[in-house]
Amino acid sequence: MSFNIGEFISSIFDLTAGDYLASVWGTEPWVSVVLDILGILIVATIPLLSVFFVGLIERKVLARMQDRIGPNRVGGKYGLLQMFADVVKMLTKELLVPAGADKVAYFLAPILSLATSALLFAVVPFAPGVIGTNLGVGVFYVLSISSVSVVALLLAGWGSNNKYALLGAFRAVAQLVSYEVPMILSLLVPIILASSMSTMEIVEAQAIPFVIFAPISALIFFVSSLAETGRSPFDLLEAESEIVAGFHTEYSGMVFGLFMAAEYMGIMFMCFLFSTTYLGGYRFFGLEEIVVGNGFQLGRLLGLFITIFKGALVFFVFMWLRATLPRLRIDQLLNFNWKFMVPLMLMILLTVALLDRLILDYIPQVGDAGRAGIHLVSNIIIGLAGIEVLRRSARRQRQRHNTTSTVLAVAENEGAPIFVAAEVEPAYGHDDHGHDAHAPVPAH
Amino acid sequence: MTLEQVIFILVSFLTLGTGIVVVTNRNLFHAALAMMASFLGVAGLYILLDAGFLAAAQLLVYIGAISILIIFAIMLTRRMMQAREASFNSQSGLGLFTAVATFALLAAVIGQFWWGVDAFNGRPDVPDTVLQNTVSSLGKAFVSPEAYVVPFIVASVLLLAALIGAIYVAWPTVHAEDEA
Amino acid sequence: MQSEWQFIVLFVVIAPLLAVAPILINWLLGPKKPNPIKQQTYECGVETVGDAWVQFKVQYYIYALVFVIFDIEAVFLFPIAAAYGQLGLFAIGATAVFIVLLADGLLYAWGRGVLEWI
Repeated sequence: MSFNIGEFISSIFDLTAGDYLASVWGTEPWVSVVLDILGILIVATIPLLSVFFVGLIERKVLARMQDRIGPNRVGGKYGLLQMFADVVKMLTKELLVPAGADKVAYFLAPILSLATSALLFAVVPFAPGVIGTNLGVGVFYVLSISSVSVVALLLAGWGSNNKYALLGAFRAVAQLVSYEVPMILSLLVPIILASSMSTMEIVEAQAIPFVIFAPISALIFFVSSLAETGRSPFDLLEAESEIVAGFHTEYSGMVFGLFMAAEYMGIMFMCFLFSTTYLGGYRFFGLEEIVVGNGFQLGRLLGLFITIFKGALVFFVFMWLRATLPRLRIDQLLNFNWKFMVPLMLMILLTVALLDRLILDYIPQVGDAGRAGIHLVSNIIIGLAGIEVLRRSARRQRQRHNTTSTVLAVAENEGAPIFVAAEVEPAYGHDDHGHDAHAPVPAH
Repeated sequence: MTLEQVIFILVSFLTLGTGIVVVTNRNLFHAALAMMASFLGVAGLYILLDAGFLAAAQLLVYIGAISILIIFAIMLTRRMMQAREASFNSQSGLGLFTAVATFALLAAVIGQFWWGVDAFNGRPDVPDTVLQNTVSSLGKAFVSPEAYVVPFIVASVLLLAALIGAIYVAWPTVHAEDEA
Repeated sequence: MQSEWQFIVLFVVIAPLLAVAPILINWLLGPKKPNPIKQQTYECGVETVGDAWVQFKVQYYIYALVFVIFDIEAVFLFPIAAAYGQLGLFAIGATAVFIVLLADGLLYAWGRGVLEWI
């Protein structure tokens, strides 16, 4: 088959350019290498460049939610070129290395951070057949790469020779490592339902999106993905009121920009992963299978738009939460994870595994819809039970709070100024970063 | 030379070179970093051996969890972290003996499979369909009674023992709640 | 090497270059006038006392430890989940025992107050 420019352009539009080039170039070993490198450049640079766009959208949407206008000067009425201006500024800043920094760790951190974020996109199914590489262990690969990215934070904190950076890094690692557990468990649910680890096959298995099978598990995945990307209300890793900017306190210029880009790429990836594992990825009522004319696969293009739309929807919720919720405290954050999400998720995992087997073995006639319904009911029951447990524990905590406030009220009667009572939070006082006046030096 | 051979040589150099750095570097933090790079190299070797799942597991467990644990352990002790101590101490003879013994054991085990394999003419040709199902075969083998279900349960008991033991050792019996 | 992993191996080589390029451009374009004040560690305007070392809390270590156990559990659970379609009730039961045993470990940690952030 010889090269034809018209067919090539058409293949770009229906996202089959890779297959077309493979059919033109033949099956020599170098072809797969060249095609892979082209694929890598596309898969890595498009998310990297769309950070410009996503960053601007976030700033605009946040501004609107806070009754502001947001960027509106650079690049016309909508501030379209704001992020480009920011990048130009970052590129022309001095490359500062703080005194006493460990240079290897200092520069390795942003590189590792961006590289791992880019590597994640290798297994995102953008449209039918459009995926970096359809790994058989796709979801597991995602977990292992994102666990490597935790090392980058530790490197940054250690390399900067700054107390705040080190504290921020410790905190970040504790948070990311803890929330990886519910994330692992909640990713097991779609794998069980699809009986495969490949992202592509998980999407193919979702004639009914898995969010309908297991809404609570989806919610837990969403919450832990918020925490994994360090987004509000879990943005403790850069809590500016406590630890300046966390692990990237000492970074400026483009080195900081790389952390920023890695963060946005991580968020984009999590949105895509959520839509892949729970929202049905590129599938939308068979729209992704349309073929028009003489083999022009319009469905692939539509699939791409569907993926982006679903991802954008999840991203909107991310922004919405950022504009709405205040930051959690580190003890609340970790308690919520280990004492609520992990046990709940273990329960859901066991139920889903057992129930699905029973349905498939004994009542296969209920079909996909019946299976979804049974899972939905069991999930909701577990979720309600979980909420009830939370309510009771909150009530207990309030009661403890009330008894201690009585003591304070007595103190007030004895002439203590009223603002003392307002400032002291007795129920939490002892565990808020954990130090009484007589306790030893803050040990982080 | 095929691409596979080039990658094998590069990955071996990465694994062994950083391995040497781990034992010779006096900055403990840098040694830990080199160890991670060495783990990455091992993951690359697994990929070359068509064991993709094992490679991902190597990244997840060794780089993502155990290395972080080791760095935390380094940071727990201030003196060790800053001192650039000598690489050798009085136990170096014992260490050498352990290393040689471990190597001999591994060599003996691997040697059983080595003879008769024509290692220099590429791997035996396994069809892709078999390779793609290795993970689910592994999963099935873990929990089927005629394969590894007993070791699987024993492994979970072992993990439980490790967790409880670690907490028992690391956590003081009289903890801060009693002090406060 | 499987063809699907060739992509990943090449990606691992290329991905760091994506990050190195902007740093190099920044190094070329940016001014280079370091001075001691500029390079001081940022501590909200106060001069730095001592080095960056802060007392490390054993709690972080414990969380990392619990995480390692769960991580290894995941390595076992993922292949089982991927083979789910071919498993029988006995297999699910064995996996349930596995999960429950690990949950026991979590309960022990909880009971000992290890998960309390203090």
